[in-house]
Amino acid sequence: MARLTTISGRVGDFTGGLTHFDVEARSVRALVRELERRFPGLGEFVEDQMAIAIDGEIFQDALTAEFGADSEIVLIPRISGG
Amino acid sequence: MSDGNQGGKLKVVGQRPIRPDGVDKVTGRAQFGADFHLPGMLAGRIKRSPHPHARIASIDTSAAEKLPGVKAIVTGADFDSGASGEVEAGEGHTAIREVAQNCLAVGKVLYVGHAVAAVAATQPEIAAEAVDLIEVTYEVLPHVIDVEEAMAPGAPLLHADMFTKGVTPKPDNPSNIALKSVMGRGDVAGAFKSADVIVEGRYTTAAVHQGYIEPHACVASWGADGQSTVWCSSQGQFLVRALVAKILGMPLSDLKVIPAEIGGGFGGKTTVYLEPVALVLSRKCGRPVKLVMSREEVFLASGPTSGSVMDVKIAATKDGKITAAEMMLAYQAGAFPGSPVHLGCMTAFACYDVENLALVGYDVVSNRPKVAAYRAPGAPMAAFAVESALDELAQKLGMDPIDLRLKNAVKDGAKTVYGATVKSAAFVETLEMVKASEHYKTPLAKGQARGVAAGFWFNIGGESSAAVHVDEDGGVTVVSSNPDIGGSRASMAMMAAETLGLPIERVRCTIGDTTSIGYSGSTGGSRVTFATGMAVVQAAEKVVADLKRRAAETWGCDLAMVEWADGVATCADPSKDAKPLSMKALASKSAKTGGPIASEVSINAQGAAAGFGVHLCDLEIDPETGRSTVIRYTAAQDVGRAIHPAYVEGQLQGGAAQGIGWALNEEYVYGKSGQLENASFLDYRMPVASDLPMIDTILVESRPNPRHPYGAKGVGEVPIVPPLAAVANAVSHVVGKRMTSLPLSPAKVLAAMAKG
Repeated sequence: MARLTTISGRVGDFTGGLTHFDVEARSVRALVRELERRFPGLGEFVEDQMAIAIDGEIFQDALTAEFGADSEIVLIPRISGG
Repeated sequence: MSDGNQGGKLKVVGQRPIRPDGVDKVTGRAQFGADFHLPGMLAGRIKRSPHPHARIASIDTSAAEKLPGVKAIVTGADFDSGASGEVEAGEGHTAIREVAQNCLAVGKVLYVGHAVAAVAATQPEIAAEAVDLIEVTYEVLPHVIDVEEAMAPGAPLLHADMFTKGVTPKPDNPSNIALKSVMGRGDVAGAFKSADVIVEGRYTTAAVHQGYIEPHACVASWGADGQSTVWCSSQGQFLVRALVAKILGMPLSDLKVIPAEIGGGFGGKTTVYLEPVALVLSRKCGRPVKLVMSREEVFLASGPTSGSVMDVKIAATKDGKITAAEMMLAYQAGAFPGSPVHLGCMTAFACYDVENLALVGYDVVSNRPKVAAYRAPGAPMAAFAVESALDELAQKLGMDPIDLRLKNAVKDGAKTVYGATVKSAAFVETLEMVKASEHYKTPLAKGQARGVAAGFWFNIGGESSAAVHVDEDGGVTVVSSNPDIGGSRASMAMMAAETLGLPIERVRCTIGDTTSIGYSGSTGGSRVTFATGMAVVQAAEKVVADLKRRAAETWGCDLAMVEWADGVATCADPSKDAKPLSMKALASKSAKTGGPIASEVSINAQGAAAGFGVHLCDLEIDPETGRSTVIRYTAAQDVGRAIHPAYVEGQLQGGAAQGIGWALNEEYVYGKSGQLENASFLDYRMPVASDLPMIDTILVESRPNPRHPYGAKGVGEVPIVPPLAAVANAVSHVVGKRMTSLPLSPAKVLAAMAKG
């Protein structure tokens, strides 16, 4: 199972403060579904407002991105800029 | 596709052609937001709050309505009360309802200058008189300006329904702290226990404005058939369309936004202030309406960036290896949540490979204008604290400040605290080039000092569209989806020319409106040359493929035998008597070979590479006045590959100039009554040309971005990150004590020198 970490305090609002847990998913789309199932509202929040670092590479708006069984997934605030 | 590592073969990329917008701008022909005029157009004016915090008891517009020439008056009640959802803008996601309430207050005013009503009239003078006739009755409330006072228990609350997010369990009471961000790793406490050296300090920065020369301006026209148009200066025509349409409850397809030439944005034009107001005025009276901010309004009511308070503590071994760091960052958000404090946390130590980290950030509302993005949002303040602390650490250890940074610099493979792995980074090379520079080796005169600081910015990609059209005479027009605020028309044209094999003189680039090109994210985040440039190259590659197909059909040869170079198709099949076909020849026959030659590409670009900068600042201080004078400045940066080096150098110079102003003079000054006391360029002191030396630049091109066809990295934001600390470190060395509070105004410096 992929290991998920979050550095966003807002994710903790959905997970009851949980910041590290395992997820059974192989793509961002499946990850979003799984998060929504386990923590209602979190999947939608992640899809709309978070970026995801998959094994160190940041993806934004990339539902089709895939990852491996042992991948490290980090939920991070979306990065924009000036 | 090109692979980003073809520097030696490039003919256009890396050259310095004359900027395509230069003549229009220096001759006054360029059309900025305030330059549009339409038949029957009305002049708009905004009524603004004189109070920092007050409940709106009533708004009486009856006297204003009777004034001859007044055609429409609107208040916050005229916006779609059901506006909801969020839009990605500037520093992150923004609630539509809050954007709307920032454009026209509903229920309460939250800062001096908050808009409460707007008038459209036949003449500007009539509109101004009508604004004075609008009677607003306020119930004045206690206010809070300072970030720490706003965080304190018992502080006046701006939003009774705001509970701190990021805290579990959800707090029982509302607060001015909108969000708590926590991130970290390792055993921070253990590392501090075993440290050889510890430095710590409290650092503060003031709110500063982006200072763009062109104030916000727009013209809006509501069509009788429901089709409306907005002409405006912004960093994203699609963002303006989304915000205005959602605030007014209209379909996106009913609104066309035409981007004007832009006189600077620096992040501050990634939201709307006037556009929905002008359009709702136009809706009410059926005539086009123009709204233009005065400079005072720009200061009062458009977003500066956050002021901040930061506590930083760093542990190291005696040979200079940083073993742990902890940091608290509290950023002003202004009247609504959304400071870039999370970006401050993410970037604070991004230059350094630190095993044990603990950061906590607070997003804090207070009775100031809502902050807006400003180049590398959140990063310059954090870097000021961290790079100042590192300077102090170097002093304590007796180390060269660049050697200290080299010892701790991130290299490819290092893991950032926010989860990304460092890739294609040339931070070490940048430090080494600065250390080897003539500037760094030059001894200082008596009374002068030198400051060193580094900085980081992520750079992003995202959604972009571009089109390439071949004209019948073989020339090419590129349509970009992004307003050009930093030279992107030049770089788009250059990348297209390079890919097509044409001289740059045969390629023009224009900016499309929301109906003439596919969607794009805004011009911001240092994304355009990377992401929209990638779309341009892909569109040009499709055109080349089409040209090759047409050439193969003309010659009757296999497509695989057609080669394209220098804008000419040649046939490699020796059995064919095929004369080379130029772009011009192929374009002139386009009608007969399949029709117009054109391609449009829309992508969601991933793979942006982060950038690093290192700045050197030499300065001296007048001991009688405390005035700091920068006498020499060098900005070095890891830029991937510079598509148009002169523009890249300009980005470095502009970032350094803005950062020097942030460090030395700029600040929002509030009195006890919550009034902004310096809302003009006379009293808000930005650096002018005579204040600054030539900013020397070093472009480090050793690590092109392999994910971009020509190796580009974003360059526009990194250069504003190091200057605050570079300047402050130099001032600290002259003064002989650590200067921790920006701006380092003459009065503050003089006081520090007097204390010894």
